[in-house]
Amino acid sequence: RPPKGLLLRAENIGEFEFFSLHARIRNYTTEFESCRLEAVSLEFGDYHPLKPITVTESKTKKMSRKGSTSSTSSSSSSSVMDPLSSVLDGTDPLSLFAATADPVTAAANMDSTRKKRDKEDHLAVGSDFEPWSSKRGEILARYTTTEKLSIVSKVTTPGSAVSEKVRTRLEELDDLEEGSQKELLNLTQQDYINRIEELNQSLKDAWSSDQKVKALKIVIQCSKLLSDTTVIQFYPSKFVLITDILDTFGKLVYERILSMCVDSRVSLPDNFTPESINDTAKETCLNWFFKIASIRELIPRFYVEAAILKCNKFLSKTGISECLPRLTSMIRGIGDPLVAVCARAYLCRVGMEVAPHLKESLNKNFFDFLLTFKQIHGDTVQNQLVVQCVEIPLYLTLYSPAIDWILQCIAYRAPEGLLTEMMERCKKLGNNALLLNSVMSAFRAEFIAARSMDFIAMIKECDESGFPKHLLFRSLGLNLALADPPESDRLQILNEAWKVITKLKNPQDYINCAEVWVEYTCRHFTKREVNTVLADVIKHMTPDRAFEEAYPQLQSIIQKVITYFHDFSILFSVEKFLPFLDMFQKECVRVEVCKCIMEAFIKHQQESTKDPVILNALLHVCKTMHDSVNALTLEDEKRMLAALINGFIKMVSFGRDFEQQLSFYVEARSMFCNLEPVLVQLIHSVNQLAMETRKVMKGNHSRKTAAFVRACVAFCFITIPSLSSIFARLNLYLHSGQVALANQCLSQADAFFKAAVSLVPEVPKMINIDGKMRPSETFLLEFLCNFFSTLLIVPDHPEQGVLFLVRGLLNVIQDYTWEENCDDKIRIYTNVLHLLSAMTQETYIYHVDKVDSNDTLYGGDSKFLAEINKVCETVITQILDHLKTLGKDEALKRQSQLALYFFNTILAHGDLRNNKLNQLSVNLWNLAQKHGFADTKTMVKTLEYIKKRSKQPEMSHFAELALRLPLQSRT
Amino acid sequence: MGTALDIKIKRANKVYHCGEVLSGVVVITSKDTVQHQGISLTMEGAVNLQLSAKSVGMFEAFYNSVKPIQIINSTLEMVKPGKLPSGKTEIPFEFPLLVKGNKVLYETYHGVFVNIQYTLRCDMRRSLLAKDLTKACEFIVHSQPQKGKLMPSPVDFTITPETLQNVKERALLPKFLIRGHLNSTNCIVTQPLMGELVVENAEAAIKSIELQLVRVETCGCAEGYARDATEIQNIQIADGDVCRGLPIPVYMVFPRLFTCPTLETTNFKVEFEVNIVVLLHDDHLITENFPLKLCRM
Repeated sequence: RPPKGLLLRAENIGEFEFFSLHARIRNYTTEFESCRLEAVSLEFGDYHPLKPITVTESKTKKMSRKGSTSSTSSSSSSSVMDPLSSVLDGTDPLSLFAATADPVTAAANMDSTRKKRDKEDHLAVGSDFEPWSSKRGEILARYTTTEKLSIVSKVTTPGSAVSEKVRTRLEELDDLEEGSQKELLNLTQQDYINRIEELNQSLKDAWSSDQKVKALKIVIQCSKLLSDTTVIQFYPSKFVLITDILDTFGKLVYERILSMCVDSRVSLPDNFTPESINDTAKETCLNWFFKIASIRELIPRFYVEAAILKCNKFLSKTGISECLPRLTSMIRGIGDPLVAVCARAYLCRVGMEVAPHLKESLNKNFFDFLLTFKQIHGDTVQNQLVVQCVEIPLYLTLYSPAIDWILQCIAYRAPEGLLTEMMERCKKLGNNALLLNSVMSAFRAEFIAARSMDFIAMIKECDESGFPKHLLFRSLGLNLALADPPESDRLQILNEAWKVITKLKNPQDYINCAEVWVEYTCRHFTKREVNTVLADVIKHMTPDRAFEEAYPQLQSIIQKVITYFHDFSILFSVEKFLPFLDMFQKECVRVEVCKCIMEAFIKHQQESTKDPVILNALLHVCKTMHDSVNALTLEDEKRMLAALINGFIKMVSFGRDFEQQLSFYVEARSMFCNLEPVLVQLIHSVNQLAMETRKVMKGNHSRKTAAFVRACVAFCFITIPSLSSIFARLNLYLHSGQVALANQCLSQADAFFKAAVSLVPEVPKMINIDGKMRPSETFLLEFLCNFFSTLLIVPDHPEQGVLFLVRGLLNVIQDYTWEENCDDKIRIYTNVLHLLSAMTQETYIYHVDKVDSNDTLYGGDSKFLAEINKVCETVITQILDHLKTLGKDEALKRQSQLALYFFNTILAHGDLRNNKLNQLSVNLWNLAQKHGFADTKTMVKTLEYIKKRSKQPEMSHFAELALRLPLQSRT
Repeated sequence: MGTALDIKIKRANKVYHCGEVLSGVVVITSKDTVQHQGISLTMEGAVNLQLSAKSVGMFEAFYNSVKPIQIINSTLEMVKPGKLPSGKTEIPFEFPLLVKGNKVLYETYHGVFVNIQYTLRCDMRRSLLAKDLTKACEFIVHSQPQKGKLMPSPVDFTITPETLQNVKERALLPKFLIRGHLNSTNCIVTQPLMGELVVENAEAAIKSIELQLVRVETCGCAEGYARDATEIQNIQIADGDVCRGLPIPVYMVFPRLFTCPTLETTNFKVEFEVNIVVLLHDDHLITENFPLKLCRM
């Protein structure tokens, strides 16, 4: 091991002579002048590299002429001819096409397609129609059961041969009717869903293996399940699942027949006419309809026919418009009102898909439903409910999805008059709550909002038994959140509604309603009303810790309030806001809410703030987030929380009151000590504060500001050690040291740098970056170079020796256990030579204002220079030693690279008029080439550079040098 | 799989009328050349009558079925003995659908005791070593549309306990009143049977209302004649306890092949009826019968 300290060691010199750098004298000002780019006047408007390239014939030709602007313009590259376009004789095929296309016909085409689209728009359903797919998930989630279900299914013999004869087919159908039945009992809901999914799959399988009859059987079997109303609370979900299968079936049949029409490559246009369909396709289609018409049971016959409704398009133009009314009246035969209304919903759905312009049957469906409405209170239904132990309010909610859907179809782009008529009809049925609710959820929000007072009146008139009233208010609230009622009614609406809501006994009912109405309140009223509402919610939800069951709703309330109150000073002056937050007692929910608030704050807060109300409240919120961090918190979560807190810290500003600002940071530090990124942010903020102070004082600190700045520095100095990331610490030490230096706190700066120096040995070889272990050397190298640059201007401490910090750092580097087979240490040493040569200059390349660096302190004292030289010698010795070892270890490529690196350093910083140095550089040059590992190109470039330099004044010795540097051609 | 024989009839629905020309192609596909002793095509049409066991007894029903009545029979020699090239060979053919004498081309009908069926059969005779090939295919004959206009014959009906016949204990019957109408009992085969039915009131819950389509086939033979009614199909028009006072549509499509215009000949008869069947929850079964007259327009 080499002894500590970089003292000269004679025994290590070996065959190399003893070198010192003899730094070249630099005149930074003239160098800077000479290095500056020449001002070149640019032609504007002609070319911009980011401009999209539009290649046109004429332009390319012109460009190829112009291509003589030579190397200066080669950076603006378009003038260089594109080889591809030149092959194409300068014409881009695409632009050629575009050019030949007659603009008039193109425009005409556009016009006609637009017209066509307009027409289709009229026929098809627009995007403003909420599609079934979005309803489906909702229904499945809402109508669930824990009861056991059963499927009565037929055993379908797999692989039953399909005979071509219609007769056999019909017999098979009969088979299905009377075939053996297998009953699957005691299925859980999930089993049931799986079973239906299986059926769906086997339908597809049967179809793809050409067993069309089996496929039909499966579909019939499935739709038969819809006539079974045991476990009635699951019925809407069952309806959704089975209609999925029917949809699949309908699609399969339609596509199959369509594929039969595509006989001669030409595919049919979307709006084909029955005349263009060939006989075979028509016959197949007709066959399906005959087959379905002979299905015995009503419900399967209805569903399967509705599923293939679209196929009527193949047979006749008026097919669908004739079928819909027939199917509509067919539903009258379904006795169970729930089954019937679902069938109607399905028919409306298929109808809307296939022929949305046929509105009459939609209306007819609804009126038919109204006619059968009385059945709900009939004996058959009531008996069934008693058997199944289902309460009437629950039962009524089962109707909602179907009625909602039917009404949505009716209300879609319907004239106001129709809606009014519908409402009148509903009213006639004695203000039935179920219908009222569906009307509210299906009709346009504007329509409802405009009649809010009427609706409230109607809701009040509804009888208490039956459909739950809070659902009605909820629906109304949902509408009012979307559309505004007339200005004059607004307050009255809120009063009327809240009067009812506040009386709700069940906390769950209450909160479901309140959640919706909070939005209305926030939208139209001030903080006073919102405060009242929040207070009411607190009052209802606090007894018996009811809030524990209602976190999602409470959370959504907070979210709504935040969305409408962007001004946080107003938000926090809502008295009940913070008490409301106190209801979130489960930690994870609490943190979620806090996050929401902070996100909103960061998003909406435009200006920095010092409002004590906001600060107090948000500190509290941030503290909550911070306190949720524990050993189990995920890294990502921590990062997110830290980012939110940092966002808040950055928004706090006390203006010119720096003291207050600092004390805020101190407080923040004590609060958020567990989140490292926050501490880092605080250190940066405090550093910024110090620099801000300097700026205000224009660099001349008064006694008071000096003391303040020292306080800032002290803050940083004691905070940094608490960080765990070593590079964060190193960089912050360096950074804070620079800030201290800039503020003339020399001893503090020294302390920072010393701390950094003593920290370097602790840098581990591997560090964890984004969860991966990476070698730390590149980071260390980067840091050290940065550090050296700073050390140039740090004045020596009067009591410590010359170059105390540099020596200290070199010692540390010397002792650091570097990776084996790695030249980083030597690279650093070479870089140290850059520093040392800069230090010998009469005037340093940069300074800190109002701080005297060593150039001023020593004034080029020869003793000082000698010290530097000594260090230089030691460093060079180390480098040469290393080169020698590399030669021994046969690491020749590395040797060559290092030698060249060192050579370049000498070239840049050394005074080559010195013979020894000159000889050393020649030796290095040869060493670099000795084993053939040098990159010839680089060597040639380097030599060229030397020759070029030699033409500059006072550089004539370079020419001589160049002559002594042979180029080796690789064999 | 050696040689395949197939008959393709030109019309996709295979429906022809008397006096028309039945045309199509016989398709022979084979990998190798086919050696044959001639290919012939036969068109046959016949009425098969079967006596039901109920009317004549099991034994007789089995042996003593009535001889089929031939309507049409003609054979066409398509190709003389020789060779057919490998690959796909299509041989077109045409048969005029004409009957001799006073015979009538009855409409195709698939029943239980009466069957009217038309087939095309292609035979390829081959040498001793190879089996003869045969392929048969049914085609469908529709009788000529009737001239003149069909007179609709609407029927109104009312069903109450009092209107029922064949009741054991009328007192035990629940009260009910079902009213309705059929648009016409004279029906066109290709048009559905339509009407309406209203359950005005019913004490007992209704389980189901069905339309039962019945064929009535009569076969004459030496011992007299046998008349049998069997179900063709049963279509449910109401499921469960339907809403009172709301008209329910009566709608039934006549199945193809299993129905034909009502037919009356010297040897046999094919007639149709529809039953409206109301099934109550206490398993009372109420049936109302309507004879139909089907025709083709």
